[in-house]
Amino acid sequence: MTQFDRDVQLDLHRRMVRIRLFEEAAGQLDEAAKLPGFLHLYVGQEAVASGVCAALTDDDQITSNHRGHGHLVAKGGQFNQMMAELMGKSTGYCKGKGGSMHISSLDVGMLGANGIVGAGSTIAVGAGFANKYRNNGHVSATFFGDGASNIGALHEAANMAAALQLPTLFICENNEYGEFTPRDQTMAITDIVDRAAGYGIPGVIVDGMDVVAVHEAAVEAVDRARRGDGPSLIEAKTYRFYNHHGVQNLGLKYRTDDEVEQWKQRDPIFTYEDRLIAADTATRDDVDAVWEELRADIAAAIEFAESSPAPEADQLLVDVYTSTDTAGVAR
Amino acid sequence: MSRRLAYVQAFNEAVRQEMDNDPDVFCAGEDIGAFGGVFGTFTGLQKEFGVERVVDTPISEQAIIGLGVGAAVSGLRPIVDIMFMDFICVAFDQIVNQAAKIKYMFGGAATVPLTITTGGGGGLSAAGQHSQSLEALLCHIPGLKVVHPSNPYDMKGLMAACIREDNPTVMIKHKRLLGMKGEVPEDPYVVPLGTANVVREGTDATVVAWGRMANEAADAAEQLHNDGISVEVIDPRTLQPLDTETITESAHKTNRVVVVHEAVRFGGLGAEVAAQVQEHAFDYLDAPVARVAAPFSPVPFSPALERHYLPDVDRISAAIRGALERPGA
Ligand SMILES: Cc1ncc(C[n+]2csc(CCOP(=O)(O)OP(=O)(O)O)c2C)c(N)n1
Ligand SMILES: [Mg+2]
Repeated sequence: MTQFDRDVQLDLHRRMVRIRLFEEAAGQLDEAAKLPGFLHLYVGQEAVASGVCAALTDDDQITSNHRGHGHLVAKGGQFNQMMAELMGKSTGYCKGKGGSMHISSLDVGMLGANGIVGAGSTIAVGAGFANKYRNNGHVSATFFGDGASNIGALHEAANMAAALQLPTLFICENNEYGEFTPRDQTMAITDIVDRAAGYGIPGVIVDGMDVVAVHEAAVEAVDRARRGDGPSLIEAKTYRFYNHHGVQNLGLKYRTDDEVEQWKQRDPIFTYEDRLIAADTATRDDVDAVWEELRADIAAAIEFAESSPAPEADQLLVDVYTSTDTAGVAR
Repeated sequence: MSRRLAYVQAFNEAVRQEMDNDPDVFCAGEDIGAFGGVFGTFTGLQKEFGVERVVDTPISEQAIIGLGVGAAVSGLRPIVDIMFMDFICVAFDQIVNQAAKIKYMFGGAATVPLTITTGGGGGLSAAGQHSQSLEALLCHIPGLKVVHPSNPYDMKGLMAACIREDNPTVMIKHKRLLGMKGEVPEDPYVVPLGTANVVREGTDATVVAWGRMANEAADAAEQLHNDGISVEVIDPRTLQPLDTETITESAHKTNRVVVVHEAVRFGGLGAEVAAQVQEHAFDYLDAPVARVAAPFSPVPFSPALERHYLPDVDRISAAIRGALERPGA
């Protein structure tokens, strides 16, 4: 295994903690009925977004899915605008028009969470195309689930990226369920990476609970893409700790509590902290300080979001088109 | 015997009874089997009828509709579920170019007794891709029939009618009506496709509204009744084919018509209703046909915006009053 610099190792940790804290806070707010709409939490899968996004720059693009907060946090999304968006406030990343399922920030190259399963994959292909067209050396990556790997758009995207040799990473987060249906009932293969051969692109399986393993695979795939050698598929075996949407984790009828508990034993953050400490890369105090510092940021973000104004009714027709002058447009 | 059932239970009961009656009826869709569907519409059906007849599918909308089309052409009577109406867009080719046109393009040789069920409508802060009312897109396609019940009684009868229908139908369930309760007969029955329901009789103005808006319109009518205004409320129930006759008759009587829908106004079905009314009742009208609908934007996420987006009792009442302000002939 590659030994990454201490900075990188601590950065991976920090990204994961940022996601965890944001998601736990969002979950609590949701339980308190303070968040409108659907909330799909990323808790348990932090190593995937963190490991991949740490291999990208702000100029590289990602596309995401319904479970998108983690991806945006990992890509550098700011808590304030994120929390405000989840609350539907005018100060949110999408001015309250997108919410959790459509959260995005072009500033950090995050081209959107997505309410349509698989839809982000084709958009990442377009971003990859633009990168190649401009020859700017940037890459795009798309995050999608095991469930999404069964939708037509995904196959079209992967094949097109391969045919056009685009700098695009396909990151499959295989958490073994699509909503409430186990993966093995919706496909006849165990490893989604088997499909890479069909697209004619390299594919690897990584332990999605191991941020270093994910990062290593991502760095390799990014290098390949930047070199002009085309797309790759990374399948990260992972698990979501909470329900498909909302918080509840135990007592669900579609998976056993035992299974959840076993995966939680492999918590990507806590196991990583143990490794950092065992390797003398960080002390317990060091890692605790990260949590503490970021907790304060989260508290500030909640405060910011709660005190932000809701969008006014006159914003309804703004941004339907590039011009805010809707005079010629249907009403 | 009749008892109170929720909208979602009425749907479920129709499916159960039709599956009981006809071994060729089966269901397929995402999370509908073991889980019973994300809206609970298919609860218990897999347990009762087995995994062969209530099939959990991959997340593959094109293939879900295609499965239905192919099975229907081959003699089965499929019910295929597209979780949210917004996702029909993913499968639009199979719906528009395949299911709807096969009969015609095959010179009548094939029939497609397919029922597509899907959850539509806003009001849940589900934002732009989980809140749309896309009925106009579907009604525009020759070969499809489209229903959108506003209450449990119509739900059961229309669902049964869809399943027994030999043409492809789309059953739009309104997500915000799932828990609505009402009297539902236990025995199987159908509400014939293409027949409107006069929800409430009146003489001063006619409101045509469907889905959740039919109920909002009825509430508006009740409110105006207290002010001495008599409003007739018509729920077409089936949007394609549209029961133009019932609407026209009402227009002849009241001379003023307001159409209400959740979908955006431009190109919405309200335009079709308005056109039909002026074609069939031009000489009777005392006011232009008014439309109450959503503004021309995607459905916003923030409750603060969605509140202004969706038509409600106040906007409907205001439109009716507006129509009444015009002096009669
Ligand atoms: C086209 C489409 N079909 C269905 C859905 C409903 N849906 C939302 S998330 C989801 C499951 C996705 O599973 P997976 O891709 O494995 O991602 P996970 O939720 O496990 O992270 C489904 C079926 C949707 N949003 N879009
Ligand atoms: Mg999954």
